[in-house]
Amino acid sequence: MPLLEVRNLKAYYLTSRGPVKAVDNVSFDLERGESLGLAGESGCGKSTLGFSLINLLPPPGKIVDGSIKIDGIEVVGKPDEELRREVRWKKISMIFQGAMNALNPVLTIGDQLSEPLIYHQGVSKVEATERVKEHLELVGLDPDIYKRYPHELSGGMKQRAVIAMALLEHPDVIIADEPTTALDVIVQAQILNLLKSLKKKLNLSIIFISHDLAVISEIADRLAIMYAGEIVEIGPSENLYLNPRHPYTQKLLGAIPRLKKKVERLEFIPGAPPNLIHPPSGCRFHPRCPYRFEPCDKEEPPFIEVEPGHYVRCHLFAKR
Amino acid sequence: MAEVVVKVENLKKYFPLRRSVVEFLRGSPPRSVKAVDDISFEIHRGEVFALAGESGCGKTTTGRLIVKLLEPTSGKIYFNGTDVTTLSREEEKEYRKKAQIIFQDPYGSLNPRFRVYNVLEEPLILQGIGETKSEREELIIRALESVRMVPPEEFLGRFPHQLSGGQRQRVAIARALILNPEFIVADEPVSMLDLSIRAEILNLMEDVKKRFGLTYLYITHDLSTARYFSDRIAIMYLGKIVELADSDTLVENPLHPYTKALIAAVPEPEPSMKDVIKEIPIKGEVPSAANVPPGCRFHPRCPYRFEPCDKEEPPFIEVEPGHWVACHLYSKR
Ligand SMILES: Nc1ncnc2c1ncn2[C@@H]1O[C@H](COP(=O)(O)OP(=O)(O)OP(=O)(O)O)[C@@H](O)[C@H]1O
Ligand SMILES: Nc1ncnc2c1ncn2[C@@H]1O[C@H](COP(=O)(O)OP(=O)(O)O)[C@@H](O)[C@H]1O
Ligand SMILES: [Mg+2]
Ligand SMILES: [Mg+2]
Repeated sequence: MPLLEVRNLKAYYLTSRGPVKAVDNVSFDLERGESLGLAGESGCGKSTLGFSLINLLPPPGKIVDGSIKIDGIEVVGKPDEELRREVRWKKISMIFQGAMNALNPVLTIGDQLSEPLIYHQGVSKVEATERVKEHLELVGLDPDIYKRYPHELSGGMKQRAVIAMALLEHPDVIIADEPTTALDVIVQAQILNLLKSLKKKLNLSIIFISHDLAVISEIADRLAIMYAGEIVEIGPSENLYLNPRHPYTQKLLGAIPRLKKKVERLEFIPGAPPNLIHPPSGCRFHPRCPYRFEPCDKEEPPFIEVEPGHYVRCHLFAKR
Repeated sequence: MAEVVVKVENLKKYFPLRRSVVEFLRGSPPRSVKAVDDISFEIHRGEVFALAGESGCGKTTTGRLIVKLLEPTSGKIYFNGTDVTTLSREEEKEYRKKAQIIFQDPYGSLNPRFRVYNVLEEPLILQGIGETKSEREELIIRALESVRMVPPEEFLGRFPHQLSGGQRQRVAIARALILNPEFIVADEPVSMLDLSIRAEILNLMEDVKKRFGLTYLYITHDLSTARYFSDRIAIMYLGKIVELADSDTLVENPLHPYTKALIAAVPEPEPSMKDVIKEIPIKGEVPSAANVPPGCRFHPRCPYRFEPCDKEEPPFIEVEPGHWVACHLYSKR
């Protein structure tokens, strides 16, 4: 049984102008100790999917349909009280996008990290301090950072502290939402190394969200590409990077400037991602797709397994 | 010999730091942030010259100094041979027409209360270009067409929030182009944009460069786009240029330990690294520009440092034609 099992998940923002279908019919599995990269353009629903998985969708967001099983426990529809006691932070936790810049400036790192343990988990102050220091060390920080304020830390140190916070209650899965995006390239490489070694050491499952496919390739065992609220391709990293099938994945990979390879002319995808209140009919990518043919604007493409474990949502691969 | 458009000589910009009460009472000398600390380079006509490095190393400050949005602490900037640090008011207005800047943030760089039409009309009015409204409109439409916002009429009445990130950046480029400049400072023009539009904007900048014979200073923290887009790359570290070479040489044969580390850290979209802990040759992070280490400012992080490094500032020397580096490992002694 996979550690995380997501089926037909729909998470919408119920706005006055209509539902924003930010996550629409998303299904995937995640095994213990496995890392899944989640990529796609800005606004395609990556963070919304992350929020749904830990059941912390900001209003007016709501899971409207589907199932999420974590370690066999169904969490959709579970009362928040129970989620807090059994699941959130304990089985699955999240490093929020931009969290390192959202640390409370008037609290020491130690206080920010130990407070939830003391107030939500009823851990004693002494034990909380002990546990926080242990975790600071685990992420490569000097435990004396405990007494420091966020402004005294560099960007890389703050990001490490935020990672320590997500690990405090020993979750099995950690969702890292753009954890390296604001960092310089050398610090980014250091943080990627840290996540990789934590994954090994703790047998941690990681959902690594980023718009940067080069960064994701450094850590993901499998890769999922999102477009307009849907996963359009998912499979082992080797397959997706070296043999992408969906036209969108192909275009995205063609748009990456390479440092160590000279590229004459980069490709780009004309047009913009659609409005998610009124997404295009049929395949959501069809207005921007160079290969579209007759069914594309009418029928929604099925999810097709093109090789073992490699799925594509595209009419080009449908058997007819 | 290539014609020089911009020449920067021993340029410095120090920002004074406010002293804390304790420092004031102790009579400590005022300190400053050495944002740009004695840099020199030339940009040739028709080339893309990249200034690359980690955040805070002084790239933006350099760009703003060149287009005179900031006054240098010392040093000279020449544009087509004329010193632009000492211009009369009239000459300065003329210079502001020829040298334009595109800012990093397509969300913050356009006035949210201006429609696209007004965004593009403003520089024309400031420069007194286009006698009549219809003449100005003609120029505005042509500028929008040159950045492929077609049909232009559809965009004229829109506010920035009614445009996508890529469209906003195209408006910013159109605003830079409308005065028919010779030289453009592009400060991280694609950093805030999605990968899929990034390539579109870089390709567009390349096309308008060819069409209008422009010269660019391309400022970026991203070496991959620098290699793709530029002819030469200068690497900055804490206010100094530590290495300068043509793009291919810099990437394929880097000399400075800092450049080597930067290049090693850049991820490639290939899944072969996923189980490997990457070797990063240098430790730690960039220190504050208010606290520049003595000697070579990179020495505390350098794996190759030896006796002169913490005492003497390394000279900037030409190791092979066109390839410059500031590192004691390459100084002849
Ligand atoms: N509170 C909200 N109310 C209404 N719509 C929202 C809300 N938050 C997000 N959305 C919309 O939901 C969609 C998905 O947003 P989400 O933040 O998940 O994207 P993302 O893939 O994480 O993007 P990014 O790469 O920019 O972080 C977008 O169309 C966004 O505008
Ligand atoms: N107006 C200013 N006042 C004080 N310090 C500044 C100012 N502008 C920039 N700096 C400082 O100068 C250094 C270089 O900044 P900047 O040129 O913006 O770097 P980059 O563009 O390479 O990220 C940084 O330490 C920054 O904090
Ligand atoms: Mg997001
Ligand atoms: Mg900058």
